[in-house]
Amino acid sequence: MWVALGCIVFAFVFVLFVATIPGAEGQTSWRTTTFGSAVHDPSSFLKIVLDSLSFAAALFIVASGFALIFGLMRVVNMAHGAFYLLAGYIAYEVQQGMTGQGFSLQSSEVNTWEWLVPLLVAAPCIAVVGYVMQQAFLRWNQGQELRQALITIAVSVIVADQIIAHFPRNVGAGTQKFGGNAVDLTWPGWTDRFVDLHVGGVQYSLAKFVMIGIGIAVGVGLWLWLYKTKTGMVIRAGVDDEQMTSALGINIQKTFAIAFVVGCMLAALGAVVWASQSNISSGQDGQWLLNSLVVVIVGGMGSIFGAAAGAILFAFVANFGASYLPTTGSDCCTQYSSILTFVLIALVLAFRPRGLFGRGG
Amino acid sequence: MNPSTWTLRQQVERGIAAVALVIVIIWPAAGWSSYWSHTILLETFIFGMAAASLVFLSAYGGMVSLAQTALFGMAGIIFGNLATKGGPGGTSKGLHLGWDPTVALIGAIVLTTMLGLIGGAVAARSAGIYFLMITLTYSVIAVYTLGQVTKISGFSGIGGINNYTPGWIGDVLAHPNRLYYVALGVTLFAYVVIRYIVRTPFGIALQGVRDEPIRAASLGFNVPLHRTLAFGFGAFLAALAGVLYAWFAGQVSPGDVDLPQTINLLIMAVIGGLVRIEGAWVGAFVFFLMQNYITSSTHVPLIGFGGTIFGGSFNTLIGIIFLAIVVVSPDGLMGLWGRLFNTRRRPKGGERTAAPATEPAN
Repeated sequence: MWVALGCIVFAFVFVLFVATIPGAEGQTSWRTTTFGSAVHDPSSFLKIVLDSLSFAAALFIVASGFALIFGLMRVVNMAHGAFYLLAGYIAYEVQQGMTGQGFSLQSSEVNTWEWLVPLLVAAPCIAVVGYVMQQAFLRWNQGQELRQALITIAVSVIVADQIIAHFPRNVGAGTQKFGGNAVDLTWPGWTDRFVDLHVGGVQYSLAKFVMIGIGIAVGVGLWLWLYKTKTGMVIRAGVDDEQMTSALGINIQKTFAIAFVVGCMLAALGAVVWASQSNISSGQDGQWLLNSLVVVIVGGMGSIFGAAAGAILFAFVANFGASYLPTTGSDCCTQYSSILTFVLIALVLAFRPRGLFGRGG
Repeated sequence: MNPSTWTLRQQVERGIAAVALVIVIIWPAAGWSSYWSHTILLETFIFGMAAASLVFLSAYGGMVSLAQTALFGMAGIIFGNLATKGGPGGTSKGLHLGWDPTVALIGAIVLTTMLGLIGGAVAARSAGIYFLMITLTYSVIAVYTLGQVTKISGFSGIGGINNYTPGWIGDVLAHPNRLYYVALGVTLFAYVVIRYIVRTPFGIALQGVRDEPIRAASLGFNVPLHRTLAFGFGAFLAALAGVLYAWFAGQVSPGDVDLPQTINLLIMAVIGGLVRIEGAWVGAFVFFLMQNYITSSTHVPLIGFGGTIFGGSFNTLIGIIFLAIVVVSPDGLMGLWGRLFNTRRRPKGGERTAAPATEPAN
């Protein structure tokens, strides 16, 4: 317990005060990091904090869908990553179709509608796919968690392979069609500028602020939906006691379907948001499945607040690990940042086996 | 061992097992297809063993682990780091410690087992579906760590491992039959050890922990410790398979442990059935038969496409088969086989892990 606390305190102290940038002659020590400490280089520190927050926003959007489905139905939707990927490619095709610009779009060539409509097409598409999967395969296996997980794994294998076979369709001349190559969605033009924060001279991308805003909006929206509407009450009742809820005359199957569809649409929203910031390519299905799993394991299985806490913790650990691990020698240690994810999971599970906000832990 | 007391099912199963054993023993000596012995059967032994570690954890521990492929690959990577030599003519990546291959073999197995014990200890307070999620994160973290850490692996992994075999195996390319028999021997060893372990007091207690963790805990059994040790044993089995695979393939890279490979191993285990150890090798055999013989020119009857479904590749087909097996018979081929006989059936794996009894004890 105290060892763990000591490690956490040391990590904070290290980032805030101890870390230094490489010396003029390039000599390095265990204190050397890419940016130096927060006291030393506050603007880099602030940028990394904002980067972490915007990544956390995307994580939260995707993982809250996963957590919603898991929390209500105990279904581990292993196809969540595949749905994410499919949504990203569908949105890309629609955006290409609307703008007709070929492979690489500039932000200035995209207006708000040309970003919103791809989202509004992709989300219902994923909702339909998810609904079909839920009704055809998961509904009659309710309660058999392992079997449901295996079914969603099978679906994810099929969907991921079909994506490679059919996307991207709309590519520029000389680029390989199909095969799941990396493609970019593009933010609308008005987001393509930097906001002066007047703190340490930091200029920060408006698009990332939009991303944080969308993340907060999703969080508030989910909270209002789950805690202030009747559907939300039924969902929370279903999470607590499925049999009692349905014994009270509530159509729990309908509620399940609604929650499942919403969860899948959140994967689609997250895909459109993050693909606009980064890109979309085959193989990211596994990455985003991992992201969702880590967020849900850390934050607590099936809780929206847990998903938010897990997303923020995971994003900060990932970004700060990559930025503030010592750069001693030629190839140490920033490349070990993935291991920190494991450390995070291990630390949380050691004290809270059901995650930070998990109940019964 | 008195055959007259066996049930019909036991007679049939033991007869089939004996015939299969004789066939795989005499296969290379009889000069039958070397493609089969050096590819399909060898892969069946190696991946069957890795799948058996998954089935062991699932059937006797109630823990469906998706980390077995990662442990399998880690063993190969660790062996590659310990055994390969750098310098001119050496392989490019890795630490190049240049240990004696036999020592490196032991080192790889011990280190991988320790990794398994650590990972098991972290996940040990969970079971069932939670265990599956946590071990899946292990597996994905392993891929990214191996890919990023260029000192020990990097994205291209470690090559030329097949040049570093102990003397009793020799040059894998020159004497592939030796590796075949070693793999067969290790496979039989693994099978016998699993069968032995589940009959020991530890194995019986593990099954008690699987079925009723709370009761087992109140009887004084240390539930997390049993799960951790079982996971460590699973890691040991996966490590055996992983080193064999490193010799067989010559190269181990993060691509060998990524999500599709993890799912492939799970598919093998599920095709065979997550309830019986034997199913692991049956599933691996069926998987590699399909992988080797279903090509883009194969005409699949009834559905009529030329091996590719809706433009997809082998993965779409294996996904559909996987889906069909999970929907029709969650216990896989061994479950179907069991239904052929009117004997009392074992409890189903899928339902067992779904029972509330396997919820974490605290």
